Amino acid sequence: MHDLQSRVAALRADFPLLDSQDIVYLDNSATSQRPTQVLEAEKRFYEEKNANPFRGVYELSEACTEAYEAARTAVADFIHAKQSEEIIFTRNATESLNLVAYSYGLNFLKPGDEIVVSVMEHHSNFLPWRYVAERTGAILVKLEPTPQGAITDEILDSVLNERTRLVALTQMSNVLGQVYDLKHIAERVHAVGAVLVADGAQSVPHLPVDVQALDVDFLAFSGHKMLAPTGIGVLYGKLSLLKKMPPFLQGGEMIEIVHWDRVKYAQPPHKFEAGTVNTGGAVALHAAIDYIRSVGFDTIMAQEEHLTRLAMEGMRDIPGVHIMGSPEPQDHQGIVTFTIDGVHPHDVASIFDAEHICVRAGHHCAQPLMDFLGVFSTTRASFSFYNTEEDVARFLACLGKIRRQMGYGE
Amino acid sequence: MANNTFYNEILTDHNLHPIHKHQLDAPNLVLEGVNPSCGDDIILQLRVENGVIEDGSFVGDGCAISQASADIMLEMIIGRPVEEAKALSALFLKMIKGEATEDEVETLEEAGALRDISHMPARVKCAVLGWHTMEELLDGEQG
Repeated sequence: MHDLQSRVAALRADFPLLDSQDIVYLDNSATSQRPTQVLEAEKRFYEEKNANPFRGVYELSEACTEAYEAARTAVADFIHAKQSEEIIFTRNATESLNLVAYSYGLNFLKPGDEIVVSVMEHHSNFLPWRYVAERTGAILVKLEPTPQGAITDEILDSVLNERTRLVALTQMSNVLGQVYDLKHIAERVHAVGAVLVADGAQSVPHLPVDVQALDVDFLAFSGHKMLAPTGIGVLYGKLSLLKKMPPFLQGGEMIEIVHWDRVKYAQPPHKFEAGTVNTGGAVALHAAIDYIRSVGFDTIMAQEEHLTRLAMEGMRDIPGVHIMGSPEPQDHQGIVTFTIDGVHPHDVASIFDAEHICVRAGHHCAQPLMDFLGVFSTTRASFSFYNTEEDVARFLACLGKIRRQMGYGE
Repeated sequence: MANNTFYNEILTDHNLHPIHKHQLDAPNLVLEGVNPSCGDDIILQLRVENGVIEDGSFVGDGCAISQASADIMLEMIIGRPVEEAKALSALFLKMIKGEATEDEVETLEEAGALRDISHMPARVKCAVLGWHTMEELLDGEQG
């Protein structure tokens, strides 16, 4: 464990924001910080290779295209896609999920079809399906987990049937930290002839993901939660599905032939990448993937679980604090969401803020889950591999004072 | 940056032991105020007769800042003419914007305990919820 902590101390120096200010950053599920290696890669790209990709005949444009396509290949390797044509660059996971909803959902679902959506979903994997149901006449079916957030076979039995056409499910809850067994769930979903749309926004940065082994049909994730800049995201889709889906956005660079009376669209992935793409973002995402690989998921997962365990053990000793979801730290993947009796989460977050500790307060874009848990809002601390034991200690010290500071004598 | 002493005794006391958080007997003005970012939700109830706020109360839920601010406000405005309550409200909003003088903050009595909100942009809506609701209520009555 000592080795791990010295490794983390060394890695932390790669993050200029954390290195230069007195800040305990525990809002990693909302967005990660960026290491120098990623920031430099983006800067270097613009200094050395910037042009409009695909369009130019000149060498610089080719260098730009090459850098962009190398990023696509890196993403494909990272999540073990069969081929890089299955990787579509978007703005973020939200856009990726909307792409599937608009292009697949609106065109392939019909009245009476059933769309299963879990209550754990972030609004971005709930609202698009609610909209698709409204527009197509499909029925939205609610999947509720056990009180601790697990999905059992009995629960799957109760929501899946021959009318199920699509299941939208997160791989990791952004509130509970719980990871779902997508491989098993995909088998069940495919057995009734439906497709599985997985939200990987929380999972892809924190654990190894193999889309072929999981056999998910779509997987969406964001660059900014995995050390890359904002504005770059990914949709993975099985090529057979992407081929039959119409474009989501129309415009430049997504066509082969355009005449006044005749249009032929490009093949995936370009069919879904209308307009000039975010080349710098893709290059930075490539650098982020290289960085994550150099750190290694063994280190990432070991440190995140270690910090989660320290935090949860310390929180158990603080009166009035209640942790949402499983009591086991290994079920949380660095995400610890909690309430404090008698103290509103926004007051909790303000008190943390006064000590330069960044936590999230509110409904975490998961209001249906808040309803299910029977809470209006909560406070969330989310750890990343670059957080330290000292971060946890400061978090616990502040947490221990909150009820007293709010006037509860104890 | 927020100050550690922000959650002072005046604020926490009004939050935990509000004086005016109850249903009012025979109010003639009632309005709900909502702050979606914190989910603060109050229902302000006033009894105004001959241009004077004879009595007032609130019910609802929310963060400590919204609840304490509404309670302090009621403590200050009950028994005052409508025009004076509105002048206090204008002064309170001025303080929250960080534009009030020391003398003006003094005039605000216990509401001065909320002055540091001016350094916490994310929480301004909580502090002004009760006051905005009162202004809307009184303006509606005159309109």
